Amino acid sequence: MNSKVASGPHDPANQRAVYVFEAPVRLWHWLHAFSFAALAVTGYLIANPLPSLAGEASDHFLMGDIRLIHFISAYVFAIGFAVRVYWALVGNRYAREIFYLPFWRPSWWKGLFYEIGFYLFLTRRQHKMLGHNPLAQAAMFFLNTLVTIFMIGTGFALYSEGLGIDSWADRMFGWVIPLIGDSEGVHDWHNLGMWVMLTFVIIHIYMAVRADIIGRESSVSTIIGGWRMFKDDQP
Amino acid sequence: MGIQQTFYEAMREHGITRRSFLKFCSLTAAGLGMGPEFAGKIAHALETKPRTPVIWLHGLECTCCTESFIRSAHPLAADVILSMISLDYDDTIMAAAGYQAEEILDQTIAKYDGNFILACEGNPPLNEDGMYCIQAGKPYVEKLRRMADHCKAIIAWGSCASWGCVQAAHPNPTRATPIHKVITDKPVIKVPGCPPIAEVMTGVITYMLTFDRFPELDRQGRPKMFYSQRLHDKCYRRPHFDAGQFVERFDDEGARKGYCLYKMGCKGPTTHNACSTVEWNGGLSWPVKSGHGCLGCAEDNFWDRGSFYSSVTNLNVTGQVEATADKVGGILAGAAAIGVAAHAAASVVSHTKDSNKGGAQQ
Ligand code: HEM
Ligand code: HEM
Ligand code: SF4
Ligand code: SF4
Repeated sequence: MNSKVASGPHDPANQRAVYVFEAPVRLWHWLHAFSFAALAVTGYLIANPLPSLAGEASDHFLMGDIRLIHFISAYVFAIGFAVRVYWALVGNRYAREIFYLPFWRPSWWKGLFYEIGFYLFLTRRQHKMLGHNPLAQAAMFFLNTLVTIFMIGTGFALYSEGLGIDSWADRMFGWVIPLIGDSEGVHDWHNLGMWVMLTFVIIHIYMAVRADIIGRESSVSTIIGGWRMFKDDQP
Repeated sequence: MGIQQTFYEAMREHGITRRSFLKFCSLTAAGLGMGPEFAGKIAHALETKPRTPVIWLHGLECTCCTESFIRSAHPLAADVILSMISLDYDDTIMAAAGYQAEEILDQTIAKYDGNFILACEGNPPLNEDGMYCIQAGKPYVEKLRRMADHCKAIIAWGSCASWGCVQAAHPNPTRATPIHKVITDKPVIKVPGCPPIAEVMTGVITYMLTFDRFPELDRQGRPKMFYSQRLHDKCYRRPHFDAGQFVERFDDEGARKGYCLYKMGCKGPTTHNACSTVEWNGGLSWPVKSGHGCLGCAEDNFWDRGSFYSSVTNLNVTGQVEATADKVGGILAGAAAIGVAAHAAASVVSHTKDSNKGGAQQ
């Protein structure tokens, strides 16, 4: 896909629908979203466990199951992200957007301030976008991509303590613990990472639904079906 | 005290019988988790190797490491080991005092330059040129640097020497600094804990004296044989953790039944030490066994994390931020939710206005 951003009302590129998010990107988005939801709920319950259960210890495995769901979702989350990184290399240009910020382009900064103005109600007219708008791109890069890497790094470092010293996880991620300082610190930052990502998700879902309702182009259906549809022919 | 005297000869001189000596060798092999054939190897090494002197220095500390050390479970081990090391220098337990004591340091350097082990209990304060810890009229840090220059290797006893511990807690007015940050050109082994377990201390020192090298260390310089696992990995209350059975208050049913102490702030899940396996006072008990959570004494920063009784602790940003991840994060996410709600309301208003005007398409 090499569609360009529409440059005028009669530009052939100014079509009504453009294929933006390829199947792997869409599939990853929903795997990412659902595994995050599972990780956040189970993670919160690991830090703040449910009320104590009565009876014999051998009758229950509640905390064990919560941790198991956390770890299974963690594998989905991490492997999904790895495949997504691969897809950024081979996919279309929109597949790369969440992995870098074109801060060297003045037009990107212009677009960023334009969007900020738009969301502050200073400008009424939104630019048409095929991929992410610069503000969304910045949010995705800082609050999603970087935090995802951070959560995988700290998560597998904690996981390595359970697998044991000299395990594969210890060899690959164990260095994170002395980097942050100590195990308790890694827990705390891992926990804070969850809240940062949750903050992103709250704003993200709001923006997506808002764009669908009052924006000029399709949004939620784009991340489901891949096609970006425009509601008007104006530039 | 000729340079050729072996460990074995030194022990015999101190009245240790051959029988006790051999017992000690098998005890040590077992304590280090090595097979029975190692008892012979230890015995052979101690019989043939010239004794390596140990100089034991004390900086800012509470002497709990020494107290722990001399209470090694097996009185035999304590006897034997003390006969191996007390010969030289340890402020707390040596007979010499004053100039006589300080002279020993000079003699050791003269005789055993590059061949003695420096065991450090406590750490040096660096502020005001080290004036917060003066020994024999000089800042401790000078004595430490001088002895470190001539030693072969350093043992950092306890959390003070390894991490800084309570005297380095925020705001650390004396700038108490762990050994590895002051001495950077000598190998340092960390044996953290406040204090470390006696058997761990004797195990480490015996290993070093017999095999002339450090046991295998982890990334942070701790001997793997004692610090590679968390207390939580070997805790006998772990089945209650996995089941989801927690003590919620120190006087509840769960406390009586011996449930997991996680909700009472037990730091077992983040603390690397041997308490849950070796235990304390000769295997008598350890904190969790007596009904109280682990404080995390063997870990860096354990003093600066706020309450010992909460499972989510303070984020440690140079010891200043007194906030837990749950608190900071809750505020962040809460602010986002409020912001989103306000923005949604404003959007509806502005959108309705625009549509009424039939103006700018959105
Ligand atoms: C019901 C929940 C969600 C909805 C309706 C939703 C909707 C969307 C939409 C419409 C887009 C496309 C944005 C655009 O057109 O510029 C998108 C992209 C994205 N969303 Fe979501 N999202 C949801 C949950 C999540 C969650 C939970 C996360 C992260 C934890 C997330 C992370 C992302 C990321 C990283 C992208 C960029 C995709 C890419 O370019 O590769 N989303 N989402
Ligand atoms: C967005 C993704 C993730 C979120 C939101 C999340 C959330 C959390 C939270 C809140 C905790 C409790 C921290 C505490 O003890 O204070 C936790 C613990 C943990 N997480 Fe994650 N996590 C994520 C990803 C991962 C990944 C990728 C792994 C890798 C295996 C992982 C492994 C762990 C482990 C091992 C623990 C400690 C469990 C225990 O103490 O029993 N997490 N997580
Ligand atoms: S008491 Fe502490 S160390 Fe034992 S299982 Fe519970 S949290 Fe882990
Ligand atoms: S149980 Fe925890 S606080 Fe107590 S001695 Fe062991 S490591 Fe230190």
